[in-house]
Amino acid sequence: MSVETDITGPNDATLPGSIPATPRLAPFGRRRRLSSWGPPLAVLLAVIGVWYGVSYLLLDDDRRFLLPPPHKVIQVGLLDRDNLVDLLDALWLSTRVAFVGLAAAIVIGMALAIAMSQRRWIEQSIYPYAVMTQTIPVLAMVPLFGLWFGYSFTSRTLVVVIFAIFPIVANTLFGLQSVQQEHHDLFTLHGANWFTRLRKLQFPAALPSIFTGLRIAAGLAVIGAIVGDFFFRQGEPGIGILIDRYQSRLQSEQMLAAIILSSLLGIIVFWFFGFLARRVVGSWHESAGGPGG
Amino acid sequence: MSPEPERYEMLRDVADPVLTFTDVSKRFDDGTVALAGVDLRVASGEFVSVVGPSGCGKSTLLRIASGLSAASGGTALAHTDKLGYVFQDPTLLPWRTVQANVELFAELRGLPKDERRRRADDAIRLVGLGEFARHHPRALSGGMRMRVSLARSLTLQPELFLFDEPFGALDEITRERLNDELQQLFLTQRFTALFVTHSVTEAVFMSTRVVVMSSRPGEVLGDFPVPFEYPRPPRLRFEDDFAHVAGDVSACLRGQRRRAAQTPRNERPVGGIAHR
Repeated sequence: MSVETDITGPNDATLPGSIPATPRLAPFGRRRRLSSWGPPLAVLLAVIGVWYGVSYLLLDDDRRFLLPPPHKVIQVGLLDRDNLVDLLDALWLSTRVAFVGLAAAIVIGMALAIAMSQRRWIEQSIYPYAVMTQTIPVLAMVPLFGLWFGYSFTSRTLVVVIFAIFPIVANTLFGLQSVQQEHHDLFTLHGANWFTRLRKLQFPAALPSIFTGLRIAAGLAVIGAIVGDFFFRQGEPGIGILIDRYQSRLQSEQMLAAIILSSLLGIIVFWFFGFLARRVVGSWHESAGGPGG
Repeated sequence: MSPEPERYEMLRDVADPVLTFTDVSKRFDDGTVALAGVDLRVASGEFVSVVGPSGCGKSTLLRIASGLSAASGGTALAHTDKLGYVFQDPTLLPWRTVQANVELFAELRGLPKDERRRRADDAIRLVGLGEFARHHPRALSGGMRMRVSLARSLTLQPELFLFDEPFGALDEITRERLNDELQQLFLTQRFTALFVTHSVTEAVFMSTRVVVMSSRPGEVLGDFPVPFEYPRPPRLRFEDDFAHVAGDVSACLRGQRRRAAQTPRNERPVGGIAHR
């Protein structure tokens, strides 16, 4: 789905038999923006509506702590200075963990994929273990990392790497191997060595799928950072530890604020890589379009 | 438009060979025999078309000529390393602009930036795409992409140009226009061509000589000099002499070897093409 395909939203409706008042193409830019922002905005409003409904109509006063209304969450979680500072400090730590881990996953994952694309035996020896990073219960191993590497930055980053590396390896490898045989033939015919082939043919051809991998990995990195320290329950508090703490104290306003902030972080990194993809491959590849990147 | 068979016979026997196939065979790892004893000699300045049924090893012939594949038996010898190779798919790199695509081969060959830029400019102008140099391939039509593909090979000034059904995927009008343009390039750029096609009309229209191959395993069934002078006007395709040659080629293709035209010339339908 690309944004361009849907330029007429519901607000374009004209009465049956009436003549459209304006030529269809005139307010193109504005209408397009409205039609791409409109629907998700409507969903957001509906969610907030349901939230209020549950909070005030379904829950009694003494049980309202289970789902405090949105304005209370903002008031207590985000507008109270002390709470906000706690949250932002924790968020900042988790963001750093996510980013460093993601960067490491990108470097290691792409290096592995490149090695695997060059020699079949390397691919065969490594791929099963790349798959394993997806199938082993990482959460069960998190306490083990704590024992081995402590509860510091390093082991949290390691959790993120394990969470995020597989989509990078798989998508990069798929992209590098997607090159047509005829393209390879042309490079062979003109005496290209493996490095030139990689740099001028395979890597650019792989970019669209690399970006797909990056977007998935970026989301997973944020989840990894939060879930990792949620399970560590020790060390400097990241957003996961904070959520755990708020939960045990029944501070639902703060907890919901923390959840909202960490979701926002995930959305921002996902969006960022979508944006980057459009900038890099948008001029020649159709996959780079679409809402939310 | 008078036939001049002697002239091309002479050309073929006297001029320098650019490509020599002697008893070339090709057997793939899975046991398929693609070529069985192909003898073919292409002289400098010739435009040789190869026609044959699908799967007769025409593409394999080109791969062997280019050195991308090795022959399993016999000897295949290209007497030049200045090769052009054009596939049915234009094989452009979608992330590069037309200009950058055309520069690619010169770039891979390590030519300096100025030189490859100059050559690409010339080649792009030669195929009439000057205004599109900054476009990406996805903005171009199929015919224009094929022109870019031709231009890309022209930058290396090939002595031997290999064509693997280059216009097979195009509509008829575009195909005929590109036939004319390629013929023009053949006359001005003076390369030797080995041109694989399904179309007898295209083969006869373009070539100094048409080679007919049998179905798999491919071998040479017939060899027809095409005695029309260049430049050949598009209407040549609808003239009697043309239909006569095309008729011989397609008869051979159907396995009847060479034969005389059976229909009296004045009974051929106007614009009819004999290979129907």
